Amino acid sequence: MLSRVANSLYWMLRYIERADNLARLIEVNELLVLDLGRIDPRIFETLWRPVILATGDQELFDEAYPEATQRDAIHFLTEDRSNPNSIVSCIASARENARMVRDQLAEDLWEELNGLYLFLNSPESSRILASDPSGYYESIRRSTFTFHGIAAATTMRSEAWDFMDLARHLERADKTTRFLDITTYLETRSSDLPVGSDDYWLAILRSCGGVDAFRSRYRGRFSPRNITEFLIFSEKFPRSVRFCVKRLDASLHSISNSPAGSFADEAERESGQLLSFLAYGSCDDVMSVGLHSYLDDLQGRLNGIADAIFKTYVLFPEQVDERPSIPASSLSSVVKWQMEQQQQ
Amino acid sequence: MFDRYQTGSFYDEMFQSDGVLREHCESLFERLSAIKASDFEARRKACDSHFLRQGVTFNVYHDDRGSERIFPFDPVPRVIPANEWEHLESGLTQRIVALNLFLHDVYHDQQILKDGIIPRSLIEGAKHYRPEFRGVDVPRDIYIHICGSDLIRGADGTYYVLEDNGRCPSGASYLLENRNALKRVFPQLFEAMGVRAVGSYPRELLSMLEFISPHREGEAVCVLLTPGCYNSAYFEHCYLARQMGIEIVEGRDLVVLDDFVYMRTTKGLVRVDVIYRRIDDDFIDPTVFRKDSALGVPGIMRAYRAGNVALANAVGTGVADDKAVYHYVPKMIEYYLGQDPILPNVPTYLAADEKELGYILDHLPELVVKATNESGGYGMLMGPAASKAELAEFAEKIKEDPGNYIAQPVISLSACPTWCESGFEGRHVDLRPYIIYGSDVKIVPGGLTRVALNKGSLVVNSSQGGGSKDTWVLKS
Repeated sequence: MLSRVANSLYWMLRYIERADNLARLIEVNELLVLDLGRIDPRIFETLWRPVILATGDQELFDEAYPEATQRDAIHFLTEDRSNPNSIVSCIASARENARMVRDQLAEDLWEELNGLYLFLNSPESSRILASDPSGYYESIRRSTFTFHGIAAATTMRSEAWDFMDLARHLERADKTTRFLDITTYLETRSSDLPVGSDDYWLAILRSCGGVDAFRSRYRGRFSPRNITEFLIFSEKFPRSVRFCVKRLDASLHSISNSPAGSFADEAERESGQLLSFLAYGSCDDVMSVGLHSYLDDLQGRLNGIADAIFKTYVLFPEQVDERPSIPASSLSSVVKWQMEQQQQ
Repeated sequence: MFDRYQTGSFYDEMFQSDGVLREHCESLFERLSAIKASDFEARRKACDSHFLRQGVTFNVYHDDRGSERIFPFDPVPRVIPANEWEHLESGLTQRIVALNLFLHDVYHDQQILKDGIIPRSLIEGAKHYRPEFRGVDVPRDIYIHICGSDLIRGADGTYYVLEDNGRCPSGASYLLENRNALKRVFPQLFEAMGVRAVGSYPRELLSMLEFISPHREGEAVCVLLTPGCYNSAYFEHCYLARQMGIEIVEGRDLVVLDDFVYMRTTKGLVRVDVIYRRIDDDFIDPTVFRKDSALGVPGIMRAYRAGNVALANAVGTGVADDKAVYHYVPKMIEYYLGQDPILPNVPTYLAADEKELGYILDHLPELVVKATNESGGYGMLMGPAASKAELAEFAEKIKEDPGNYIAQPVISLSACPTWCESGFEGRHVDLRPYIIYGSDVKIVPGGLTRVALNKGSLVVNSSQGGGSKDTWVLKS
């Protein structure tokens, strides 16, 4: 498979997964706000600030919205095109990547993604967001589910699938750590929490779609420790960090054809290390360093794996290239040339 | 549905001048008349949204979201009876054979120039002539592998060749998708009509690419080279690559080592044998042509000269579809094949010729003037539609650089029933068949019928209010 194609498939899935996770998070947070039963001016700081902090885009946000309200936060995370990680931007980026590899995608798969993109860019969608926000977020979740379903039912189990699958699990693992991290930001504000902290922990679990699975495993003992254990270390829950890293590791081995338990490149070495760290780890490890630093470390390692994948499969630094290098400032001229190529 | 329909002084594809139906359109007319107007409009809309969802679009750039538009599709098919198609097929075959003999000659012995059939200055001054490639042999001696000649019909129904697009003809994906869309939305129109299938196009294209591979052993690795996703025809590039099951690559995916072309894959380098390129000559190799091209592949011309990779179409074919050289195609046919041209050219005056320049300047309001090296309806003057000021301005341009202009009488193009909100009206159409030259000349029975959607307009280009139709070639 072309390296460029692998790269595009990878980013397509990461952006879709990112949008999906964001939609879940916002939807759950909005429900939480409803539980308050009254409009509290502190809602933004207590309930939305932590979400913005966890996405890592707080600087961009503060610049654009110095007098932030709940409404601004929702707009920023959902429809704001100047935020590259808003839902609408993520779907646009996913589609842009899909467009670059359209020949690789099943017709139905493209249509699902393109349909979602067209919906999010229609005036109708803004109307729905205003009048029926949970309907709006649900339609995004359903569409990404459909996308994954079509992908699973139509994609050949070859490299294309492996790159898509590893991207999905890498992004998912990262998002689970970020969801958990929200509790850190909440703790520091615990004195003015308008609702009990257990509700937040439950909300995090709900954002990961894990309430039912959790119940059957822990019989509804929703303690922070149990939830942390479940979301990081569960072997069976498909959104736990461990589960995702295991799948990611398997995809890497399937691409390189090297046997599990060994490694053929840097990406595999790092993912194997992380996998055993999680497989042999426990909640006590988390407590001893503190949840936030533990999650921070996980995020750093996941980024390290992503960099290594890029270097191994896309960059090929050892190959000579006489191509004139393009300074970033003249990228637009490349676009212009692309447009100029006469198609008679 | 046909209440408002009027025929004019031009040829009508469905009706004779006395308003009587042409025989081969009778059953189509009946079926169209049986559909209610509201129903027709609803189905047409369904077609549009299908195209949009599928992304059968071309890019619009001046729009701030860089959005995509669909190429408007008119559901009324244009019908070509079997005998007319046979005539077109033989004429187009004759033409592509002659054009290829001409290109081989011009890039080797130049006998046709030595014999004074075509003035040497015309060839050497042509924008797309590539003297660097004289003496280079191309695989199987084929230059134009894919040709998209534009045909129009005069008032008496005669088919004329308006231009031969021999560099990167585009639009074949619309030919295929228009048929699919029409079948889905108006299946009742097709029943028992004997419409010939067009679906073999990607297969024919692929066998041609495999045929020109310079390497005999194993399966040829063919790729489609696209400028990238910002190109207006990007959808088509993806579509064709997918239909053929070949990789679509950008310049940055290819690398040349020891005069062989390779693509970069996740498993290392893979040798490429044949490139169906949709990039202009100028951009294809920064070490030979435009130095700053980041779209091309450095060194690819070296590999091409060494005979290690085949390109379709070959480099330098633009000299054959130059609008001034076009004038000489009938002479090429006589010169190389000893035959009379089956399909006539539109009469063409060369401004480069002093006598003809005088004629052009005197008759400007009746003529269409075109820049010789432009396409897509740019650099063009429509005499009858132009204002006095525009005429004067264009006359100056011609006098400044006569070699760059040709003129033709306005041929008003045939008209075909076209859906206009609540009924059918006549709109002008042209026809672009796609000719593939590999082991044999293959022409898919059909083509892209482009239609000028604005009333009275003769401009069918998509950038200027044009749309397209499905084209039916009948079995008998």
